[in-house]
Amino acid sequence: MTTIDATPATNKSPSPTNPRRRVYLPHTKYIPILATLTLLLIMYFTGVANYENFGQPSVVVNLFRDNAVLIVVAVGMTFVIITGGIDLSVGAVISMTTTLTATLLQAGWPPLVVLPTVLLLGSLLGMGMGAVIHYFKVEPFIATLAGLFLARGIALFINQSSIPIRDKLWKALSEYRIVLADGVVTKITSVTAVVVVLIAAAVLAWTRFGRNVYAIGGNADSALLMGLPVGRTKIAVYTLSGFCAALGGVLFSINSTSGWALQGQGLELDAIAACVIGGVLLTGGSGYVFGSLLGVMVYGLIQTIITFQGDLNAAWTRIIVGLLLFGFIVLQRVVTRRAR
Amino acid sequence: MGEPSPVLEMTGIRKVFPGVVALDGVDFRLFPGEIHALMGENGAGKSTLIKVLTGVYEIDGGGITLGGEQVDFTGPLQSQKAGVSTVYQEVNLCTNLTVAENIFIGREPRKFGRIQWGLMRKRAAALLARLDLNIDVSATLDTYSLAIQQMVAIARAVDVSARVLILDEPTSSLDASEVAQLFTIMRRLKDDGVAILFVSHFLDQVYEISDRLTVLRNGQLIGEYKTADLPQVQLVEKMIGKELAVLEDLEDRSQRIRAKTGDAAPILSATGLGRTGAIAPFDLTIHEGEVVGLAGLLGSGRTELARLLFGADRADSGSLQIDGKDVTLRGPQAAMKRGIAFSSENRRTEGILGDLTVRENIILALQASRGWTRPIPRRRQDELVDKYIKALQIRPADPEREVRNLSGGNQQKVLLARWLITEPRLLIIDEPTRGIDVGAKAEIQKLVAELSDGGMAVLFVSAELEEVLRLSHKIEVLRDRRLVEELENTEGVDADRIMQTIASGATS
Amino acid sequence: MTIVKHRLFWPSVILVALLVVNIFTANQFITVRDGHLFGVLPDILRGSAPLLLVALGMTLVIATGGIDLSVGAVMAISGAVACLLIKDLSNQNSVGSVLLIMAIAIGASLVLGLWNGTLVAVVGIQPIIATLILMVAGRGVAQLVTDGQIINVQSSPYATIATGHFLAVPVAFLIAIAAVVLTVLLTRRTALGLLLESVGGSPTASRLAGIRSRRITIMVYVVSGGLAGLAGLIYSANIKSADSISAGNLIELDAILAVVIGGTALIGGRFSIAGTVIGAILIQALQVTVVAVGVPSKATLLFKAVIVVALCLSQSATFRQKVFGRFRPSRPAVPAEVPA
Repeated sequence: MTTIDATPATNKSPSPTNPRRRVYLPHTKYIPILATLTLLLIMYFTGVANYENFGQPSVVVNLFRDNAVLIVVAVGMTFVIITGGIDLSVGAVISMTTTLTATLLQAGWPPLVVLPTVLLLGSLLGMGMGAVIHYFKVEPFIATLAGLFLARGIALFINQSSIPIRDKLWKALSEYRIVLADGVVTKITSVTAVVVVLIAAAVLAWTRFGRNVYAIGGNADSALLMGLPVGRTKIAVYTLSGFCAALGGVLFSINSTSGWALQGQGLELDAIAACVIGGVLLTGGSGYVFGSLLGVMVYGLIQTIITFQGDLNAAWTRIIVGLLLFGFIVLQRVVTRRAR
Repeated sequence: MGEPSPVLEMTGIRKVFPGVVALDGVDFRLFPGEIHALMGENGAGKSTLIKVLTGVYEIDGGGITLGGEQVDFTGPLQSQKAGVSTVYQEVNLCTNLTVAENIFIGREPRKFGRIQWGLMRKRAAALLARLDLNIDVSATLDTYSLAIQQMVAIARAVDVSARVLILDEPTSSLDASEVAQLFTIMRRLKDDGVAILFVSHFLDQVYEISDRLTVLRNGQLIGEYKTADLPQVQLVEKMIGKELAVLEDLEDRSQRIRAKTGDAAPILSATGLGRTGAIAPFDLTIHEGEVVGLAGLLGSGRTELARLLFGADRADSGSLQIDGKDVTLRGPQAAMKRGIAFSSENRRTEGILGDLTVRENIILALQASRGWTRPIPRRRQDELVDKYIKALQIRPADPEREVRNLSGGNQQKVLLARWLITEPRLLIIDEPTRGIDVGAKAEIQKLVAELSDGGMAVLFVSAELEEVLRLSHKIEVLRDRRLVEELENTEGVDADRIMQTIASGATS
Repeated sequence: MTIVKHRLFWPSVILVALLVVNIFTANQFITVRDGHLFGVLPDILRGSAPLLLVALGMTLVIATGGIDLSVGAVMAISGAVACLLIKDLSNQNSVGSVLLIMAIAIGASLVLGLWNGTLVAVVGIQPIIATLILMVAGRGVAQLVTDGQIINVQSSPYATIATGHFLAVPVAFLIAIAAVVLTVLLTRRTALGLLLESVGGSPTASRLAGIRSRRITIMVYVVSGGLAGLAGLIYSANIKSADSISAGNLIELDAILAVVIGGTALIGGRFSIAGTVIGAILIQALQVTVVAVGVPSKATLLFKAVIVVALCLSQSATFRQKVFGRFRPSRPAVPAEVPA
C-alpha cells in the first residue's frame, strides 16, 4: 500500500506541465515594482488634482534634473544590493569627486583629463573595497564604512571649504539647455542619468556579467558550484558602484559648478531607501534598475508635493519616506512568503 | 552493462579527517550506461566518497581514473570539466533565475556580447523536451516544485558534461509520481550511455532503478553486487552490519528486559499524532524507566517523530498526553517544562554552540528553563559541569574550552550533559552515536542503560539495529515516514526480524 | 597563546599609543583645577560618553546577529523631546522637573527600541532594514517635535549631565561608566549574556535548547534604544539645545565601528563589552589626538580613516592568516562526519 515500485514509468510523458507550486499571480517578481509604479501614479495624479501647474510636463522633467545624482548612484547601488551586498561609501565618493574635480580644474588641468581621472579614482576605490570584501572576507557593511571614512577623509584633506569651478567646459555643460518640447527644457545631467539607467538595465538584462550578478545574489554557493566567476563579479560590482558614485560627483559639480567636501552626506541612505522602495530586495537576487529609478522618482515626487503644498514641514519628507519604506518592506515579506 | 572498461575507476581511496578515517581503502567503479547505487548508513562514507569524486576533498591515498586517464581533482569545477556532474539533494541552482538561465548560465549563447534570450530559451526547451519535460522555461525556478527543479539541475548537468552523473539523494523530497518522472529521465540518460551514480535511502527505489550497487560501512567497502542478485534483507544486513562485541560490560539483555517494571506509569502517550509531509499519524506510549528504540533507515521518519514529541515541530493531527493530561506543545520550552529533553541528530547545526565553552554549552538548557533573570550561581555551574565531565568522561576535561575544539564524541557527551542536568523524565536522543568512535559509543550506550535503570524514560533513535536491540525494551520500526510495527524486545526478536520489516514494510 | 594574538591587543596598543602621544603634546594631560579634573584625558573621557553609550547598546544588538541603524535618530528625538519640555518649564532649574523630563525622553526612546525589536523579532524583517525605517523617519519626527527650529534651553541641572563634575570627574563620563557597569552586571551577573551569545551563535540550536530568543531579541533593541536616548540627552545638554539635524548624525557608523574594533563580530555570538569601551574611547581619543598633535584639521578624518582601515583588517581572520600566518594549515572547512 505504501509501495511505489509498482509504478513503472511506462506511460511516457506524464504531462509534467502542472508544477505544483506555481503561484497564480501574474508575475510574482514584478509585484513590488508594479506596486511602486501604482503608488507613483497615485501620487502624481493626486498632485495634479490638488495643485495648479502640477500637471505640466516640466514637473516630471524636473524630477530627473533634481535627482540626477541620486539616480546615477542608485543604479550602482542596485548592482551591489542585487549581489546581496551594500555600499555605504557612495556619498563620500561623491564628495571626494566634487572636491577633486574642482581642485584639479582650479589648478588648470584640462577638463578632458580631469573627467577620466576622477572617474577612474572612484572606480579604483570601489575595486579596493570589493577586493577587501572578497579576499579578506570583511563584511560589505564594514568594508564600505571604512571606504566612507577614507573617501571623505581625502575630500576634507584636499579642501574643507567650497571651491568654485570656473572652467569653461564645466560652465558650458552646466548652462547647456536641451529643449525637449515647447517650454520644456532639461539639462545635460538628466540626460546622463537617463543614459546611465538605460545602459545599466541593458547590462543587467543582456550580459553574462549582469546575469552573474543575479546568480550570486540568489545563491552564491550555487553560483560557485556552477562555475561562475563569483569573486570577479563581486569586485566588479563594487567597482561599478564606485564609478557611478564618481559620475554622480561629476554631475554634482556640473550642477553646482563647485566642489565641496560636505557634499553628498547621507546620500548612501537615500540611495538604499530608493532601491528598497523600488523593489530591490536587500537580501539580494532580485530587483531592477528601473525599480530603483521609480524609487528615486517616489522620493523626488514627495519633495515636489511638499514644495507645492508650501505649508508642509520638510520633516514630513523623511517621515513619509520612512512610512513608505515600512510599507514596501512588509509588502515584500508578504510576496516572498507567498512565493515560497 | 558488462562493457569491458569502466568509465570511472576509484581504487584504494583513503580519506582521513582529524580523529576519523572516513574512507579506508575503498574501491568503486562505474560503467557507461549503468545506474549504480551507492548504499550505506550515516557515516558510512558515501558523502565523503562523492566529495572526493567531485573534487571537494583531496584524497590521502588511492587513485582515480576517468576514461582510462589518471585524474587528480582539486576543485568541483575541474571535475565538472572532466565530465563529472553532480546534482545534490538540496538543488544547487539559483531559484531566482529562470529555468533557461539556470541551464545555461555561464554558457549563454551570445551575439556581440548580448545574451540571445530567444535562442537560449529555445535550446533550453529543446533540452528539457528530450527529457520529456515541457515547462515554461522563462519562468523563474522558484515557481516550480522541487522535483522539477531537480530535473532542471539534471538537464544542466547532462548538458555541461555527460559522462558521469552523480545523483545524491535526488528522491528524498519527491512524491511517488515525481519519482516516476525522475526515473524515466534516468533511464533515458542511461540509454544514451551516461554512467549514473545514484544515492537513495529508499530501498524500493534502488531495486527499481539500479543495475548494480556498492555497499559501504564505516568507511570501508563491503562489496559490489548486481542488484538483481542481492535480496533486500541481505542488503540491509550488509549496510547495518553486526557490531563487534565492544559492550561486554553491558548487562545481559534478557536481564535488562526482566528488570523492567511491569506496572510503570506511562509518561507520554501519543494518539494519532502526525504532521503532514513529515510523519504519518502514529500511536506511541512511553513508560517510566523504559527505553524505546526507534529503528528505521534514514529518511524513514525517525527524526520527525522525535521532533513532534519535543514540540520542535508542531503536530497537525492527533493528540498528546503527558502524565495523563492532554497537552499541545507550542515549542521546546513547553516540552522541557514537562520534563522532556531532546538531543538533535544534527550536532553541529542544532546542538552545540561552537563559540561557547563546554561549561556554557552544558548549562544552556537548564539556564534557558530558569529564564535569564535567575542565573545558575557560578559555583553550582562548576559543580554540575565537573560532575558530568567526570561522569561522561568528557575529554579534554577543561570546562573553559570552546566546544568546537572537541571531537565529535565529546561534543555528543557535552550535549547529553546539557540535557541530563535538566533532570528530564523522558530523554529523546537522536543518533547520539553517529560518527563517533567505538569507545565513546560504548560509553553512551552504557549511560543510556544506567539512566533507564534509574527510572528515566529514553527514546533512543538509531540507525544501528544492534544498538537498538541491546538497549531497548520496546522497538518501534519506521519505514517511509510511517510507524509500521511495534515490537516488544523479547527473546524471539532479533536484527533479522527487524530488517525484514524495514526491508519489506509492515508485516501486520 | 601569546598576548599578541588576543583580539584586543592591537586596539589596546593603539589606544595607549594615542594617550602617550597626548602626554607629550598636550599642554595639560591631566591636572586638577578648581577642584575638577582638567586636561586632555578628562576631555577624551567626557567627549566619548555619547558614543560609548550608543556603542554599548549596539554591542548587545550585534551579539544577537542584528544591527541598529536608528540610534542617531533616537538620539535626536530624545534630545528634542527633552528640550521642548524643559523650555516650557516655569523654572528651568528645577532638578525634579528636569529629572522627570529626562525620564520621559528615555521612556520615549525605549518605545522606539521596542518598535525596532518588534519589527525584527515578531514581523521577521532583517535588522538592517527594520532599523533603517526608524533611521530615516526618526529624524523627521525629531524635526517635527522641534518644529524645524533649534530649541535653546538654559537649565543648569540639564547642562550638568554633560558639562558638570562630580567628585572632580566629568558627570557625562560617570553616566557612561555607570551604564557600562550596569550592562556588565545585566549581562554577566544574570544569564542574559550567555543567552545572547547563544542566540547570536545559532538561533536554531538556541531554540532547541529551549531559549525564548524572541523575547531576548526584543529586549536588546529596547536597551539599545534607551541607551541611545540617554546619549541624546547628554549630547543636547552639552550644546544646551536640541538640534534635530546634527544630533547623533552618523553616530551609528562610529558605534558599529567601535564594536567591531572591540572584537565583536558582526555575525553575532561572542561579544566583548570591554572591547567596545576600548573601541569607543579609541575613536574619541583619535579625534582629540589628531587635533592635539597639530595634524591639520583637514587631515583629521583621513588620519582616522587610515587607522580604521588598519583596525578593520586586523580583525579579519582571513587577513591575519593571509598576511601574518603561513605556519599552520587551516582546519578543514567541512566537518569530519557529514551526513551521508
